[in-house]
Amino acid sequence: MVGLLKSPEGTLKAYNNLNNFFEMMTSNNDNEIVGDSIKEMEVVKIRKLFEEVFDPEIPVLSIIDLGIVRNIHLYPVPGESGWEGTVVITPTYSGCPAMDAMSMDIRLKLIEHGYKNIKVTSVLSPAWTTDWMSEAGKEKLKAYGIAPPHPKQIVCETKLFAESEAIQCPACNSYHTNLISRFGSTACKALYQCQECKEPFDYFKCH
Amino acid sequence: MNTVNISTYQLINYTLHLADTNLILAQRNAEWCGHGPILEQDIAISNISLDLLGQARNFYQYAAELINQSTNQPANFVTEDSLAYLRTEREFKNLLITELPRGDWGLTILRQFFCSVYQYLLYEQLQSGNDIQLAAIAEKSIKEVTYHVKWSSEWVIRLGDGTEESHDRMLKAIENLWPYTGEFFMAEKYEMEDIIGFDPDSLKIPWLEGVSTVLEEATLWSPAFGSGQGEKVFMHSGGKQGIHTEHLGFILAEMQSVQRTYPGAKW
Repeated sequence: MVGLLKSPEGTLKAYNNLNNFFEMMTSNNDNEIVGDSIKEMEVVKIRKLFEEVFDPEIPVLSIIDLGIVRNIHLYPVPGESGWEGTVVITPTYSGCPAMDAMSMDIRLKLIEHGYKNIKVTSVLSPAWTTDWMSEAGKEKLKAYGIAPPHPKQIVCETKLFAESEAIQCPACNSYHTNLISRFGSTACKALYQCQECKEPFDYFKCH
Repeated sequence: MNTVNISTYQLINYTLHLADTNLILAQRNAEWCGHGPILEQDIAISNISLDLLGQARNFYQYAAELINQSTNQPANFVTEDSLAYLRTEREFKNLLITELPRGDWGLTILRQFFCSVYQYLLYEQLQSGNDIQLAAIAEKSIKEVTYHVKWSSEWVIRLGDGTEESHDRMLKAIENLWPYTGEFFMAEKYEMEDIIGFDPDSLKIPWLEGVSTVLEEATLWSPAFGSGQGEKVFMHSGGKQGIHTEHLGFILAEMQSVQRTYPGAKW
Protein backbone atom coordinates (compact mmCIF):
# COMPACT_ATOMS: atom_id res chain seq x y z
CA MET A 1 0.00 0.00 0.00
CA VAL A 2 2.74 2.44 0.97
CA GLY A 3 4.64 1.59 -2.20
CA LEU A 4 1.57 2.20 -4.30
CA LEU A 5 1.00 5.64 -2.85
CA LYS A 6 4.30 6.91 -4.20
CA SER A 7 3.20 7.42 -7.79
CA PRO A 8 0.11 9.37 -8.90
CA GLU A 9 -1.05 6.29 -10.76
CA GLY A 10 -0.55 4.25 -7.62
CA THR A 11 -2.52 6.75 -5.60
CA LEU A 12 -5.45 6.36 -7.94
CA LYS A 13 -5.19 2.60 -7.74
CA ALA A 14 -5.08 2.67 -3.96
CA TYR A 15 -8.04 5.04 -3.94
CA ASN A 16 -10.02 2.72 -6.17
CA ASN A 17 -9.13 -0.27 -4.05
CA LEU A 18 -10.32 1.60 -1.01
CA ASN A 19 -13.54 2.51 -2.74
CA ASN A 20 -14.14 -1.12 -3.63
CA PHE A 21 -13.42 -2.08 -0.10
CA PHE A 22 -16.10 0.28 1.23
CA GLU A 23 -18.47 -0.90 -1.44
CA MET A 24 -17.91 -4.46 -0.25
CA MET A 25 -18.29 -3.51 3.39
CA THR A 26 -21.60 -1.78 2.85
CA SER A 27 -23.19 -4.33 0.55
CA ASN A 28 -23.28 -7.73 2.14
CA ASN A 29 -26.33 -8.62 0.19
CA ASP A 30 -25.86 -6.78 -3.07
CA ASN A 31 -29.08 -7.89 -4.62
CA GLU A 32 -31.09 -6.05 -2.03
CA ILE A 33 -29.55 -2.62 -2.02
CA VAL A 34 -32.33 -0.09 -2.12
CA GLY A 35 -32.29 2.04 -5.22
CA ASP A 36 -29.61 -0.02 -6.90
CA SER A 37 -31.82 -1.20 -9.68
CA ILE A 38 -29.15 -0.86 -12.36
CA LYS A 39 -27.04 -3.41 -10.58
CA GLU A 40 -30.06 -5.67 -10.12
CA MET A 41 -30.76 -5.51 -13.83
CA GLU A 42 -27.15 -6.39 -14.53
CA VAL A 43 -27.40 -9.42 -12.23
CA VAL A 44 -30.55 -10.52 -14.03
CA LYS A 45 -28.72 -10.12 -17.34
CA ILE A 46 -25.83 -12.28 -16.16
CA ARG A 47 -28.20 -14.90 -14.80
CA LYS A 48 -29.81 -14.99 -18.24
CA LEU A 49 -26.36 -15.58 -19.79
CA PHE A 50 -25.82 -18.50 -17.43
CA GLU A 51 -28.83 -20.24 -18.93
CA GLU A 52 -26.47 -20.85 -21.85
CA VAL A 53 -23.71 -22.43 -19.75
CA PHE A 54 -24.31 -26.15 -19.65
CA ASP A 55 -23.23 -29.10 -17.57
CA PRO A 56 -20.75 -30.92 -19.85
CA GLU A 57 -21.93 -34.31 -18.54
CA ILE A 58 -25.64 -33.55 -18.99
CA PRO A 59 -25.68 -30.98 -21.78
CA VAL A 60 -29.43 -30.27 -21.49
CA LEU A 61 -29.03 -28.75 -18.02
CA SER A 62 -27.79 -25.21 -17.59
CA ILE A 63 -25.98 -24.19 -14.43
CA ILE A 64 -29.13 -22.27 -13.48
CA ASP A 65 -31.24 -25.44 -13.87
CA LEU A 66 -28.72 -27.31 -11.72
CA GLY A 67 -28.96 -24.69 -8.99
CA ILE A 68 -25.22 -24.31 -8.51
CA VAL A 69 -25.08 -20.51 -8.90
CA ARG A 70 -25.38 -19.27 -5.34
CA ASN A 71 -24.70 -15.58 -5.69
CA ILE A 72 -23.61 -12.86 -8.07
CA HIS A 73 -21.80 -9.93 -6.45
CA LEU A 74 -21.30 -6.91 -8.69
CA TYR A 75 -19.54 -3.60 -8.15
CA PRO A 76 -19.19 -0.80 -10.68
CA VAL A 77 -15.60 -0.27 -11.78
CA PRO A 78 -14.84 3.25 -10.51
CA GLY A 79 -14.33 5.72 -13.31
CA GLU A 80 -15.38 3.24 -15.97
CA SER A 81 -18.64 1.88 -17.26
CA GLY A 82 -17.98 -1.82 -16.59
CA TRP A 83 -18.59 -4.12 -13.68
CA GLU A 84 -16.37 -6.23 -11.55
CA GLY A 85 -17.21 -8.77 -8.89
CA THR A 86 -17.64 -12.41 -8.13
CA VAL A 87 -19.86 -15.27 -9.16
CA VAL A 88 -20.22 -17.78 -6.35
CA ILE A 89 -20.94 -21.37 -7.31
CA THR A 90 -21.23 -24.52 -5.23
CA PRO A 91 -20.17 -28.04 -6.27
CA THR A 92 -22.80 -30.74 -6.73
CA TYR A 93 -20.52 -33.53 -5.47
CA SER A 94 -17.06 -32.98 -3.96
CA GLY A 95 -15.36 -34.95 -6.70
CA CYS A 96 -17.47 -33.89 -9.67
CA PRO A 97 -14.99 -33.36 -12.52
CA ALA A 98 -17.52 -31.21 -14.38
CA MET A 99 -17.11 -28.41 -11.82
CA ASP A 100 -13.76 -27.23 -13.19
CA ALA A 101 -15.14 -27.27 -16.71
CA MET A 102 -18.26 -25.34 -15.70
CA SER A 103 -16.22 -22.79 -13.81
CA MET A 104 -14.11 -22.24 -16.92
CA ASP A 105 -17.22 -22.02 -19.15
CA ILE A 106 -18.71 -19.39 -16.84
CA ARG A 107 -15.58 -17.29 -17.14
CA LEU A 108 -15.53 -17.64 -20.93
CA LYS A 109 -19.21 -16.72 -21.20
CA LEU A 110 -18.63 -13.61 -19.08
CA ILE A 111 -15.60 -12.54 -21.12
CA GLU A 112 -17.52 -13.13 -24.33
CA HIS A 113 -20.08 -10.59 -23.13
CA GLY A 114 -17.59 -8.01 -21.95
CA TYR A 115 -17.41 -8.87 -18.27
CA LYS A 116 -13.66 -9.09 -17.96
CA ASN A 117 -13.25 -8.52 -14.23
CA ILE A 118 -15.65 -11.02 -12.73
CA LYS A 119 -14.11 -13.88 -10.80
CA VAL A 120 -15.64 -17.28 -10.14
CA THR A 121 -15.31 -18.67 -6.63
CA SER A 122 -16.69 -21.75 -4.98
CA VAL A 123 -18.42 -22.16 -1.62
CA LEU A 124 -19.22 -25.46 0.12
CA SER A 125 -21.78 -24.48 2.73
CA PRO A 126 -24.74 -24.78 2.59
CA ALA A 127 -24.17 -28.02 0.71
CA TRP A 128 -25.84 -28.35 -2.68
CA THR A 129 -29.04 -30.33 -2.81
CA THR A 130 -31.21 -31.50 -5.70
CA ASP A 131 -33.97 -29.39 -4.12
CA TRP A 132 -32.24 -26.44 -5.81
CA MET A 133 -32.78 -27.90 -9.26
CA SER A 134 -35.36 -25.92 -11.24
CA GLU A 135 -38.66 -27.45 -12.34
CA ALA A 136 -37.73 -26.62 -15.92
CA GLY A 137 -34.49 -28.51 -15.38
CA LYS A 138 -36.35 -31.58 -14.14
CA GLU A 139 -38.55 -31.56 -17.23
CA LYS A 140 -35.51 -31.23 -19.50
CA LEU A 141 -33.86 -34.17 -17.75
CA LYS A 142 -36.86 -36.39 -18.31
CA ALA A 143 -37.09 -35.44 -21.97
CA TYR A 144 -33.39 -36.29 -22.26
CA GLY A 145 -34.00 -39.81 -20.88
CA ILE A 146 -32.79 -39.28 -17.31
CA ALA A 147 -35.31 -39.68 -14.48
CA PRO A 148 -35.35 -36.41 -12.49
CA PRO A 149 -34.70 -36.40 -8.73
CA HIS A 150 -37.61 -37.41 -6.56
CA PRO A 151 -39.08 -34.51 -4.61
CA LYS A 152 -38.88 -36.57 -1.42
CA GLN A 153 -35.44 -37.75 -0.33
CA ILE A 154 -36.05 -41.43 0.15
CA VAL A 155 -32.77 -42.68 -1.25
CA CYS A 156 -30.82 -40.78 1.36
CA GLU A 157 -32.39 -42.89 4.07
CA THR A 158 -29.66 -44.86 5.83
CA LYS A 159 -31.75 -47.99 6.45
CA LEU A 160 -29.99 -50.96 4.89
CA PHE A 161 -31.62 -52.84 2.05
CA ALA A 162 -34.49 -50.36 2.21
CA GLU A 163 -36.80 -50.91 -0.71
CA SER A 164 -35.69 -48.65 -3.51
CA GLU A 165 -38.05 -45.80 -4.22
CA ALA A 166 -40.45 -46.01 -7.13
CA ILE A 167 -38.79 -44.05 -9.90
CA GLN A 168 -40.77 -43.33 -13.00
CA CYS A 169 -39.29 -44.67 -16.22
CA PRO A 170 -38.52 -41.67 -18.45
CA ALA A 171 -39.29 -43.77 -21.55
CA CYS A 172 -42.69 -45.36 -20.79
CA ASN A 173 -43.72 -43.61 -17.53
CA SER A 174 -44.12 -46.89 -15.64
CA TYR A 175 -43.31 -46.92 -11.94
CA HIS A 176 -42.47 -50.62 -12.17
CA THR A 177 -38.72 -50.06 -12.07
CA ASN A 178 -35.76 -51.53 -10.18
CA LEU A 179 -32.59 -50.07 -8.75
CA ILE A 180 -29.57 -51.78 -10.32
CA SER A 181 -26.86 -49.72 -8.66
CA ARG A 182 -26.81 -46.69 -6.41
CA PHE A 183 -23.79 -45.47 -8.37
CA GLY A 184 -24.14 -44.71 -12.06
CA SER A 185 -22.27 -43.17 -14.95
CA THR A 186 -21.57 -39.98 -12.97
CA ALA A 187 -21.48 -39.18 -9.24
CA CYS A 188 -24.97 -37.67 -9.35
CA LYS A 189 -26.76 -40.61 -10.94
CA ALA A 190 -28.01 -44.08 -9.99
CA LEU A 191 -28.72 -46.90 -12.42
CA TYR A 192 -32.27 -48.22 -12.84
CA GLN A 193 -34.09 -50.56 -15.17
CA CYS A 194 -37.72 -50.44 -16.21
CA GLN A 195 -39.55 -53.74 -15.71
CA GLU A 196 -42.22 -52.82 -18.27
CA CYS A 197 -40.27 -51.63 -21.29
CA LYS A 198 -36.96 -53.17 -20.08
CA GLU A 199 -35.14 -49.93 -20.77
CA PRO A 200 -32.15 -49.31 -18.48
CA PHE A 201 -31.96 -45.65 -17.47
CA ASP A 202 -30.12 -43.16 -15.29
CA TYR A 203 -31.80 -41.61 -12.28
CA PHE A 204 -30.53 -38.24 -11.09
CA LYS A 205 -30.57 -39.29 -7.44
CA CYS A 206 -31.76 -36.91 -4.79
CA HIS A 207 -28.98 -35.57 -2.66
CA MET B 1 7.50 -21.68 9.99
CA ASN B 2 8.77 -20.35 13.31
CA THR B 3 6.38 -17.40 13.18
CA VAL B 4 3.34 -19.65 12.86
CA ASN B 5 1.46 -19.96 16.08
CA ILE B 6 0.96 -23.38 17.59
CA SER B 7 -2.77 -23.68 16.96
CA THR B 8 -2.46 -22.74 13.26
CA TYR B 9 0.36 -25.22 12.90
CA GLN B 10 -1.77 -27.95 14.45
CA LEU B 11 -4.78 -27.02 12.35
CA ILE B 12 -2.61 -27.33 9.24
CA ASN B 13 -1.40 -30.76 10.31
CA TYR B 14 -4.90 -31.90 11.14
CA THR B 15 -6.22 -30.70 7.77
CA LEU B 16 -3.37 -32.50 6.01
CA HIS B 17 -4.16 -35.66 7.97
CA LEU B 18 -7.79 -35.52 6.76
CA ALA B 19 -6.67 -34.81 3.20
CA ASP B 20 -4.05 -37.58 3.10
CA THR B 21 -6.43 -40.17 4.55
CA ASN B 22 -8.97 -39.40 1.81
CA LEU B 23 -6.40 -39.28 -0.98
CA ILE B 24 -4.72 -42.58 -0.13
CA LEU B 25 -8.03 -44.41 0.31
CA ALA B 26 -9.22 -42.93 -2.99
CA GLN B 27 -6.02 -44.10 -4.68
CA ARG B 28 -6.40 -47.63 -3.30
CA ASN B 29 -10.04 -47.90 -4.33
CA ALA B 30 -9.22 -46.54 -7.77
CA GLU B 31 -7.05 -49.62 -8.34
CA TRP B 32 -10.34 -51.47 -8.86
CA CYS B 33 -11.29 -49.29 -11.81
CA GLY B 34 -11.62 -51.73 -14.70
CA HIS B 35 -11.08 -54.73 -12.38
CA GLY B 36 -14.28 -54.83 -10.28
CA PRO B 37 -16.09 -58.17 -9.88
CA ILE B 38 -19.05 -56.90 -11.91
CA LEU B 39 -19.48 -53.74 -13.95
CA GLU B 40 -21.96 -52.02 -11.61
CA GLN B 41 -19.73 -52.52 -8.58
CA ASP B 42 -16.65 -51.47 -10.52
CA ILE B 43 -18.52 -48.21 -11.18
CA ALA B 44 -19.63 -47.98 -7.55
CA ILE B 45 -16.15 -48.28 -6.06
CA SER B 46 -14.77 -45.84 -8.66
CA ASN B 47 -17.53 -43.37 -7.76
CA ILE B 48 -16.66 -43.70 -4.08
CA SER B 49 -13.03 -43.16 -4.98
CA LEU B 50 -14.01 -39.98 -6.83
CA ASP B 51 -16.00 -38.69 -3.84
CA LEU B 52 -13.00 -39.30 -1.59
CA LEU B 53 -10.68 -37.58 -4.03
CA GLY B 54 -12.99 -34.58 -4.16
CA GLN B 55 -13.07 -34.41 -0.37
CA ALA B 56 -9.28 -34.70 -0.31
CA ARG B 57 -9.02 -31.77 -2.74
CA ASN B 58 -11.21 -29.61 -0.50
CA PHE B 59 -8.98 -30.40 2.48
CA TYR B 60 -5.75 -29.83 0.49
CA GLN B 61 -7.01 -26.50 -0.85
CA TYR B 62 -7.77 -25.39 2.68
CA ALA B 63 -4.41 -26.63 3.98
CA ALA B 64 -2.63 -24.76 1.17
CA GLU B 65 -4.53 -21.59 2.05
CA LEU B 66 -3.57 -21.92 5.73
CA ILE B 67 0.07 -22.66 4.93
CA ASN B 68 0.39 -19.77 2.48
CA GLN B 69 -1.27 -17.34 4.85
CA SER B 70 1.02 -18.32 7.67
CA THR B 71 4.29 -18.31 5.73
CA ASN B 72 3.36 -15.38 3.48
CA GLN B 73 6.28 -16.08 1.12
CA PRO B 74 4.91 -16.15 -2.43
CA ALA B 75 8.07 -17.90 -3.67
CA ASN B 76 7.27 -20.87 -1.45
CA PHE B 77 3.51 -20.98 -1.95
CA VAL B 78 2.05 -24.48 -1.99
CA THR B 79 -1.00 -25.69 -3.90
CA GLU B 80 -3.33 -28.67 -3.56
CA ASP B 81 -1.20 -30.34 -6.26
CA SER B 82 2.16 -29.74 -4.64
CA LEU B 83 0.81 -31.05 -1.33
CA ALA B 84 -0.41 -34.25 -2.98
CA TYR B 85 2.42 -34.83 -5.45
CA LEU B 86 5.53 -33.45 -3.85
CA ARG B 87 5.45 -34.56 -0.23
CA THR B 88 7.32 -37.63 0.92
CA GLU B 89 6.20 -40.69 2.89
CA ARG B 90 7.28 -39.23 6.19
CA GLU B 91 5.17 -36.13 5.56
CA PHE B 92 1.97 -38.06 4.82
CA LYS B 93 -0.36 -38.31 7.81
CA ASN B 94 -2.95 -40.74 6.50
CA LEU B 95 -4.36 -43.53 8.65
CA LEU B 96 -2.44 -46.78 8.16
CA ILE B 97 -5.61 -48.71 7.27
CA THR B 98 -5.98 -46.70 4.06
CA GLU B 99 -2.55 -47.62 2.66
CA LEU B 100 -2.81 -51.41 3.08
CA PRO B 101 -2.92 -53.28 -0.24
CA ARG B 102 -6.41 -53.63 -1.67
CA GLY B 103 -6.51 -57.40 -1.13
CA ASP B 104 -9.60 -59.19 -2.44
CA TRP B 105 -13.01 -57.59 -2.92
CA GLY B 106 -13.97 -58.58 0.64
CA LEU B 107 -11.05 -56.72 2.18
CA THR B 108 -11.70 -53.62 0.07
CA ILE B 109 -15.38 -53.67 1.09
CA LEU B 110 -14.59 -54.19 4.76
CA ARG B 111 -12.00 -51.39 4.80
CA GLN B 112 -14.44 -49.03 3.10
CA PHE B 113 -17.09 -50.01 5.64
CA PHE B 114 -14.82 -49.42 8.66
CA CYS B 115 -13.62 -46.11 7.23
CA SER B 116 -17.06 -44.88 6.14
CA VAL B 117 -18.65 -45.53 9.53
CA TYR B 118 -15.72 -43.67 11.11
CA GLN B 119 -15.90 -40.78 8.63
CA TYR B 120 -19.62 -40.44 9.15
CA LEU B 121 -19.13 -40.00 12.91
CA LEU B 122 -16.09 -37.76 12.38
CA TYR B 123 -17.82 -35.41 9.93
CA GLU B 124 -20.87 -35.27 12.16
CA GLN B 125 -18.61 -33.81 14.86
CA LEU B 126 -16.61 -31.57 12.52
CA GLN B 127 -19.81 -30.07 11.13
CA SER B 128 -20.36 -28.36 14.45
CA GLY B 129 -16.66 -27.98 15.24
CA ASN B 130 -14.60 -24.85 15.91
CA ASP B 131 -13.30 -24.30 12.40
CA ILE B 132 -15.73 -22.86 9.85
CA GLN B 133 -14.06 -24.22 6.72
CA LEU B 134 -13.58 -27.74 8.13
CA ALA B 135 -17.24 -27.62 9.15
CA ALA B 136 -18.24 -26.67 5.59
CA ILE B 137 -16.18 -29.48 4.06
CA ALA B 138 -17.66 -31.94 6.58
CA GLU B 139 -21.18 -30.75 5.83
CA LYS B 140 -20.58 -31.33 2.13
CA SER B 141 -18.82 -34.68 2.60
CA ILE B 142 -21.25 -36.30 5.01
CA LYS B 143 -23.95 -36.45 2.36
CA GLU B 144 -21.62 -38.52 0.19
CA VAL B 145 -20.36 -40.63 3.09
CA THR B 146 -23.96 -41.57 3.90
CA TYR B 147 -24.10 -43.38 0.56
CA HIS B 148 -20.75 -45.05 1.25
CA VAL B 149 -21.90 -46.36 4.63
CA LYS B 150 -25.06 -47.76 3.12
CA TRP B 151 -23.39 -49.36 0.13
CA SER B 152 -20.50 -50.90 2.08
CA SER B 153 -22.78 -52.15 4.89
CA GLU B 154 -24.98 -53.95 2.43
CA TRP B 155 -21.95 -55.58 0.83
CA VAL B 156 -20.50 -56.67 4.18
CA ILE B 157 -23.80 -58.40 4.93
CA ARG B 158 -24.06 -59.92 1.47
CA LEU B 159 -20.56 -61.39 1.66
CA GLY B 160 -20.57 -62.33 5.36
CA ASP B 161 -23.94 -64.01 5.17
CA GLY B 162 -23.27 -65.33 1.68
CA THR B 163 -21.43 -68.50 0.72
CA GLU B 164 -18.97 -70.40 2.85
CA GLU B 165 -16.16 -69.01 0.72
CA SER B 166 -17.26 -65.38 1.01
CA HIS B 167 -17.89 -65.80 4.74
CA ASP B 168 -14.37 -67.17 5.28
CA ARG B 169 -12.80 -64.41 3.27
CA MET B 170 -14.64 -61.78 5.30
CA LEU B 171 -13.40 -63.39 8.53
CA LYS B 172 -9.88 -63.22 7.15
CA ALA B 173 -10.36 -59.60 6.17
CA ILE B 174 -11.52 -58.79 9.71
CA GLU B 175 -8.48 -60.53 11.13
CA ASN B 176 -6.23 -58.44 8.88
CA LEU B 177 -7.92 -55.08 9.32
CA TRP B 178 -9.14 -55.05 12.91
CA PRO B 179 -5.68 -54.24 14.38
CA TYR B 180 -5.67 -51.05 12.26
CA THR B 181 -9.00 -49.73 13.55
CA GLY B 182 -7.62 -48.52 16.86
CA GLU B 183 -5.78 -45.67 15.14
CA PHE B 184 -9.09 -43.95 14.35
CA PHE B 185 -9.45 -43.10 18.02
CA MET B 186 -5.88 -42.44 19.16
CA ALA B 187 -5.54 -38.68 19.36
CA GLU B 188 -2.41 -37.21 17.82
CA LYS B 189 -1.01 -33.89 19.08
CA TYR B 190 -2.85 -31.94 16.41
CA GLU B 191 -6.12 -33.64 17.34
CA MET B 192 -6.48 -32.17 20.78
CA GLU B 193 -9.97 -31.19 21.77
CA ASP B 194 -9.29 -27.45 21.86
CA ILE B 195 -8.17 -27.53 18.22
CA ILE B 196 -10.82 -29.72 16.61
CA GLY B 197 -13.67 -29.41 19.09
CA PHE B 198 -13.98 -33.03 20.18
CA ASP B 199 -11.96 -35.96 21.45
CA PRO B 200 -11.39 -38.68 18.79
CA ASP B 201 -11.76 -41.29 21.53
CA SER B 202 -15.40 -40.24 21.94
CA LEU B 203 -16.13 -41.75 18.50
CA LYS B 204 -15.05 -45.22 19.59
CA ILE B 205 -18.26 -46.41 21.28
CA PRO B 206 -20.62 -45.17 18.54
CA TRP B 207 -18.26 -46.68 15.94
CA LEU B 208 -18.27 -50.07 17.68
CA GLU B 209 -22.06 -49.92 17.93
CA GLY B 210 -22.47 -49.10 14.25
CA VAL B 211 -19.98 -51.71 13.12
CA SER B 212 -21.27 -54.47 15.41
CA THR B 213 -24.87 -54.07 14.20
CA VAL B 214 -23.80 -54.75 10.63
CA LEU B 215 -21.24 -57.46 11.46
CA GLU B 216 -23.86 -59.26 13.55
CA GLU B 217 -26.30 -59.25 10.68
CA ALA B 218 -23.48 -60.47 8.46
CA THR B 219 -22.89 -63.38 10.91
CA LEU B 220 -19.35 -62.09 11.38
CA TRP B 221 -19.50 -60.49 14.81
CA SER B 222 -17.49 -61.88 17.65
CA PRO B 223 -17.82 -60.47 21.16
CA ALA B 224 -14.00 -60.46 21.21
CA PHE B 225 -14.13 -57.35 18.96
CA GLY B 226 -16.08 -55.47 21.61
CA SER B 227 -14.73 -53.82 24.69
CA GLY B 228 -13.80 -57.11 26.37
CA GLN B 229 -11.07 -59.21 24.81
CA GLY B 230 -10.82 -56.90 21.82
CA GLU B 231 -8.93 -54.40 23.93
CA LYS B 232 -6.09 -56.88 24.08
CA VAL B 233 -5.63 -56.90 20.32
CA PHE B 234 -2.48 -54.98 19.48
CA MET B 235 -3.48 -51.84 17.61
CA HIS B 236 -1.10 -50.42 15.02
CA SER B 237 -0.52 -46.70 14.94
CA GLY B 238 1.93 -44.18 13.54
CA GLY B 239 0.24 -43.09 10.32
CA LYS B 240 -1.00 -39.87 11.87
CA GLN B 241 2.62 -39.00 12.72
CA GLY B 242 4.02 -40.00 9.35
CA ILE B 243 5.37 -43.39 10.39
CA HIS B 244 4.01 -45.79 7.81
CA THR B 245 3.93 -49.39 6.68
CA GLU B 246 6.11 -50.36 3.74
CA HIS B 247 3.07 -50.05 1.45
CA LEU B 248 2.78 -46.27 1.37
CA GLY B 249 6.07 -45.76 -0.47
CA PHE B 250 4.84 -47.84 -3.39
CA ILE B 251 1.58 -45.91 -3.68
CA LEU B 252 3.40 -42.57 -3.64
CA ALA B 253 5.99 -43.79 -6.13
CA GLU B 254 3.22 -44.62 -8.58
CA MET B 255 0.99 -41.65 -7.84
CA GLN B 256 3.76 -39.06 -7.90
CA SER B 257 5.88 -40.49 -10.72
CA VAL B 258 4.69 -38.10 -13.44
CA GLN B 259 5.22 -34.95 -11.36
CA ARG B 260 8.59 -36.22 -10.14
CA THR B 261 9.77 -37.08 -13.63
CA TYR B 262 8.39 -34.01 -15.39
CA PRO B 263 8.21 -31.34 -12.68
CA GLY B 264 5.33 -28.93 -13.21
CA ALA B 265 3.86 -30.96 -16.09
CA LYS B 266 0.28 -29.97 -16.90
CA TRP B 267 -2.32 -31.56 -19.13
